[in-house]
Amino acid sequence: MNPSAAPASYLDDGHTLRSWLFTTDHKRIAILYIGAITFFFFVGGFAAFLIRYNLLSPKGLIGSAETYNRLFSMHGILMVWFFLVPAVPVTLGNFLAPLMLGARDLAFPRLNLLSWYLFMVAGVVALYAVVGGGVDTGWTFYTPLTSFYSKGHVIAAVVAIFIAGFSSIATGLNFIVTIHKLRAPGMTWYRMPVFLWSLYATSVILVLATPVLAMTLLLLAFERIFGIGVFDPKIGGDPLLFQHLFWFYSHPAVYVMILPGFGVISEIIPAFSRKELFGYKFVVWASIAIAVIGFLVWGHHMFVAGTSLFSALVFSLLSYMVAVPSAIKVFNWIGTMHKGYIHFDAPMLYAIGFIGLFTTGGLTGLFLAALAADVHLTQTYFVVAHFHYVMVGGMVSAYFAGIHFWWPKMTGRLYPEMWGRAGAIIIFVGFNLTFFPQFLLGYLGMPRRYFAYPQHFEALNLLSSAGALTLAVGYILPLGYLTWSLFYGERASANPWGATGLEWTTPSPPPTENFAVTPIVTEEPYQYRQAETVNHE
Amino acid sequence: MNGYLPSATVEGREVDFLILALVLVSCAVLALVFGLILLYVVRYRADSGVYRGAPGRKTWRFEISWTAATLAVFFVLFIWGGDLYVRLFQPPADALQIYVIGKQWMWKVEHQGGQREINALHVPINRPIQLVMTSEDVIHDFSIPAFRIKHDVLPGRYESLWFQVETPGTYELFCTQLCGVGHYSMSGEVVAMSQPEFETWLAGGAAPGQREDMAAAGKALFTAHGCSGCHGEGGVGGSPATTGVSAPALAGLLGRSVKLQTGATVTADEKFIRDCLLTPDKMPIAGYPQIMPSFSGQISEENVLRLIAYIKSLKSGSRT
Ligand code: HEM
Ligand SMILES: [Cu+2]
Repeated sequence: MNPSAAPASYLDDGHTLRSWLFTTDHKRIAILYIGAITFFFFVGGFAAFLIRYNLLSPKGLIGSAETYNRLFSMHGILMVWFFLVPAVPVTLGNFLAPLMLGARDLAFPRLNLLSWYLFMVAGVVALYAVVGGGVDTGWTFYTPLTSFYSKGHVIAAVVAIFIAGFSSIATGLNFIVTIHKLRAPGMTWYRMPVFLWSLYATSVILVLATPVLAMTLLLLAFERIFGIGVFDPKIGGDPLLFQHLFWFYSHPAVYVMILPGFGVISEIIPAFSRKELFGYKFVVWASIAIAVIGFLVWGHHMFVAGTSLFSALVFSLLSYMVAVPSAIKVFNWIGTMHKGYIHFDAPMLYAIGFIGLFTTGGLTGLFLAALAADVHLTQTYFVVAHFHYVMVGGMVSAYFAGIHFWWPKMTGRLYPEMWGRAGAIIIFVGFNLTFFPQFLLGYLGMPRRYFAYPQHFEALNLLSSAGALTLAVGYILPLGYLTWSLFYGERASANPWGATGLEWTTPSPPPTENFAVTPIVTEEPYQYRQAETVNHE
Repeated sequence: MNGYLPSATVEGREVDFLILALVLVSCAVLALVFGLILLYVVRYRADSGVYRGAPGRKTWRFEISWTAATLAVFFVLFIWGGDLYVRLFQPPADALQIYVIGKQWMWKVEHQGGQREINALHVPINRPIQLVMTSEDVIHDFSIPAFRIKHDVLPGRYESLWFQVETPGTYELFCTQLCGVGHYSMSGEVVAMSQPEFETWLAGGAAPGQREDMAAAGKALFTAHGCSGCHGEGGVGGSPATTGVSAPALAGLLGRSVKLQTGATVTADEKFIRDCLLTPDKMPIAGYPQIMPSFSGQISEENVLRLIAYIKSLKSGSRT
C-alpha cells in the first residue's frame, strides 16, 4: 500500500483549533478524548502518589488526616468516572467502531461531540471541587456521612459525576445505534470483531445503569441541600437504601470498566498469535452474560452492611455465576495462543500481562464472594488490591495494549518498539510490587482509608510505596516515547501488524471519510492464514 | 502475634481454613494459566519450527468442560463460605450481651452491670459474647481482625456481632467503615481474660460506687420519663381502671410476636423497642389506641439501651 496515493488523512483535514473543537469526525473526537482522559489519569495518579507517600510512615507523612481523606476521595472519583469508565469506549471505541464496521462515522456524530463537551464540563466541575478543597467521603459517598456530616464540596463532586453520566449515556446510545444500523454489507453480527461486541455490551450497561446513579446522586443532593429524609435515619431515611442504589450502578459499572478491555485483548491475542480467536461465540456470549448477570450481584458489596442472611447467600451465589464467563474468556485467550505463531511486540506483552493480572484479580474476587472470607477481608487492603488488580492491572494494561496496537492507525507513526516492550515490563513489575503486598496487609487486618496505621504494617507499606514509584516510571515512559513518535516515529503502513479487520484495510492514518469505497465483508473475523503470514523471519 | 495466627477464636480458624482453600485453588489456577502461557510462548513463538498440525475444530468440547469444572469448584466455595457465614452471624441464645455505641470518633461500650469503657472492650474467654451495636451519627464498622469478624454499625438500628475467644490476650479493634476525618483514629483494643479476671475487672474500675446496673438505671428512666404512667409500675401493662389508659404490658416482651394495627406481625427485638419509643406512630399495636408520644430527641442512645435492658429484665409468665 502506498500511503501517498491515498486521500488526505483525517489529521490533515484542517489544522486550526476550530477544526478540532467543532469537529464531528469520530476519529478527531477520539483524539480529543485521549487528551482529556490522559490529563485526568495523571492528576488522579498524582493523588495516588501522594497517598503512597503518606503511607511510608505509620504516623502519616502529609500531616493531615483531612488532606489524606480528600486525596483518596479525589483519586477514586477521578479514576473511576474520568478515566476508567470512559477510557476504552470513548477513545479506542470512538476511533475504531466505525472503522471496524466499515462505516463513515458513528450514527450521531454531533451527539458524539456533545458527549465530549459534557465530559469536559463535568471534568471542570470536578476540578473545581478538587481545587475548592475537595471531598472526604471516598468515591462511594456512603450516607449519612455524605448527606449530612461531611464538609467539603460534595455537591460539586456529585454534579460533576451527574453530568459525566449524561456523557456516558449519550456515548452508549450512539454505539448501540451505530452497531445496529451502520454495519457494512456482509458484516453480520457473528462477523463482527469481539471488540465491537464488548462495546455493545458495555453500552447497554451504560444506558441502563447510569440513570440509576443519576437518580441516586440527585436524592443525595436533595437530602444534603434541603434536608429531605431519604438516607439519613435521623430524618426518617434509610442508610442502606443508598448503598443498594449506589452498587446497583457501581457493580455493573465495574464491568463497564473491564468489558472493553476484554474486547481489546480479544483483538490483540489473535493478531500476535497469527491465529483465529478460539471459541469466538463463547467469548461473545460471555460478554453478554456478564452484562446481564452483572446487574444481579450488587449486594456482594454489603455482606457486613446489615442486609439479611438470605440476601447475602443469594448475592454470593450470583457473584460466583458472574465469574464463570470471565473464566471462560481467559481459557479462550490461552486456547488462541495454542499452536499459534506468537510475536512479542509491546501490545502482546501488555496483553499477556493483562491475562496474568486480571486472572489474579478475578481469583481474589472469589475470596470476596465467599461470604465468611469476605467478612474478614472486606474493608481492608485486600479489597483495594482486588479491584486494582482487575481495574489497573487488567483494564489499564488493556488500554495501553490497545493504544500501542492501534497507535500506527491513529497517528500514522510507529512507536519505538524497544521502549514499548520496556514500558510493558516495568508496568507489570511495578504493578505487582505495589499491589501484591496489599493482599497480605488486608489479610493481616489493615483497614483501607486509614491516614495512619499501627507500626506492624510498616514493612509491607514500604514495599507497596516502592512499587508505586516503579509504576509511576512505567506510566510516564509511554507518555514520553509516544509523544516523541508523533514527530519522529517511522511512518506506518496501512497494516503494520499484518492483522485482520477492516480498520487495517484503510491507510494509516485513515482519510476523513474512512473508506474510499464501502467495504464488503465476506468472511468471519480473525482469518489469519498462518502459512502465508509466517515466513520464518 | 499471639492470637492472630492461629486465630484466637474457633470460627476465626475456620475462616482461615476457607481462605487457605481459596489460596490453594488460586495457586492451582494461576499455575495452570501461567504454565500454559509460558509453554505456548516458548513452544509456539513465531520463529519456532515446531509442527502445528491442522487447526483443531471442535472447540465446544473444551468450552463445556472448563465451564463445568469452573462451576463445580465455585459451587463448593459458595456452600463453604455461606455455611460458615450463617454460623458467624447467628449468636447462641446464651451469649453474654454487651452494648456498643459508635460515634465520630470513638467506641462507647457499656456492660450490663453499668461498667463503661471507651475504645476498649473487656470480655471473658470461652463464653459467647454478643455485641448489640448502634451508632449516634454515621455508619461505623466494628472490626476485630484477630477474630476474623466485623460488622457495620448503623444509626437507627441494632446490629449484632458475636464471638467466643479462646486465647486470652489483647487484640486490635478498628473502625472499618469510612466515618469522617478521624476514621483512622477510631480504634482500640479488645481484652480477653479468664472468667475470674473478668469478674475482678467488672468489680474494679473507676468509681464502682457510682456505677449503676444498666437495668436499674433503665428502671429509674422508666419512671422519670413517665413510661410507668401508662404501662404501669414494673411494666405490667395499663388499663383504664389502673393507669387511666390501656397500654400493653412490657414484661416478657422480648422475643414475643406482636400484632400491629396494619395487620403485620413482628417479633419484638431491641430495634422494635427502640422504634416504639422514637417513632410510635409507625408502630401502632393492635388493640391499643395510638396515644404514645414520641421520645425522639429526648432520650440519648445510651438511655435507650438502658431502657431496653430494663424491659429485658422484666420477667413475666406470659412469655411465649
Ligand atoms: C471475576 C469476578 C469478580 C468477583 C467474583 C468479584 C467480587 C467482588 C466482591 C465480592 C467485592 C466486594 C468486596 C467487599 O467490599 O467486601 C468486590 C469489590 C470490588 N470489585 Fe470485584 N469481583 C470480580 C471482578 C471484578 C472486576 C472485573 C472489577 C472491575 C473491573 C471489579 C471491581 C471491583 C471494585 C471496584 C470493588 C470495590 C469497590 C469498593 O469497595 O470501593 N471486580 N468484588
Ligand atoms: Cu461488585
